[in-house]
Amino acid sequence: MKAIIHIGLKPGVLDPQGRTIARSLAHMGFDSVTKARQGKTIELDLSSEDTEAAKLEVEKMCKQLLANTVIEDYQIEIVEQD
Amino acid sequence: MQSAVIVFPASNCDRDAASALEKITGHKPLMVWHEETTLPKVDFVVIPGGFSYGDYLRSGAIAARSPIVRDIIKKAEKGLPVAGFCNGFQILTEAGLLPGALMRNKGLRFVCRPQKLQVVNTKSMFTTGYKDTPEITVPIAHFDGNYYADDDTLKLLKKSGRILFKYIDNPNGSLNDIAGICNKVGNVLGMMPHPERSVDPLHGGTDGIALFKSVMEAVG
Repeated sequence: MKAIIHIGLKPGVLDPQGRTIARSLAHMGFDSVTKARQGKTIELDLSSEDTEAAKLEVEKMCKQLLANTVIEDYQIEIVEQD
Repeated sequence: MQSAVIVFPASNCDRDAASALEKITGHKPLMVWHEETTLPKVDFVVIPGGFSYGDYLRSGAIAARSPIVRDIIKKAEKGLPVAGFCNGFQILTEAGLLPGALMRNKGLRFVCRPQKLQVVNTKSMFTTGYKDTPEITVPIAHFDGNYYADDDTLKLLKKSGRILFKYIDNPNGSLNDIAGICNKVGNVLGMMPHPERSVDPLHGGTDGIALFKSVMEAVG
């Protein structure tokens, strides 16, 4: 299976890159953009069989390395592959 | 005073730190590779600046999980003096030895220039030498120096005198103009400016010397 982890700055933490992206989109004429937040995605291939156990394991990875929980939030998505 | 400088892949101030330490303490520091699991017996450890692991994931994140840092955490908790400059500060926050985090500069630019600092607390083991010079100039060179901590942490830092250095004319959006802080006990320092690059008149200034001398005095 695969774990897809989305990591982004917590709400309230200033995201100058997101702000610059929003401003640039506005300059290009995309008037509908009111805000942008930038984050990153990490994909892990896992040998695990059990989805729940995998999720717990990835949660640990996020806390210990993948995200800095002082400033970042994360969301974990587990995808079963054929 | 015997000191050690930790070397990570893509550290780039390790030699500046070593040369500053040798010049000021009179002893060549030990250069310790990040894959070592045990620190040699030393009185002071410097985690140097640079771009350890290419700043992959987050600045300092990978270095903070390296074998040598595990031992540094153990020994720092027992009182070993440790200072991290620039990337070293980022590594110390990522390792949990110092609170908060260092985010991308507010202006989204790498800043590299001599920086005026206010020495806020001259009673710490790193700053006693600044008693008569509360305003100093030390170089900065970083992309991720924008210090952030939650309200409770900031209050605690202020109340307990753990903000040691503040920027005069904030270059990076850092919360409360914070340039350097120490841990609760006072034996771990993290700062974005580079005192090791300000120890020779040819550097353009020598305001960094007093920091190393303060540690020497404290260590005895």
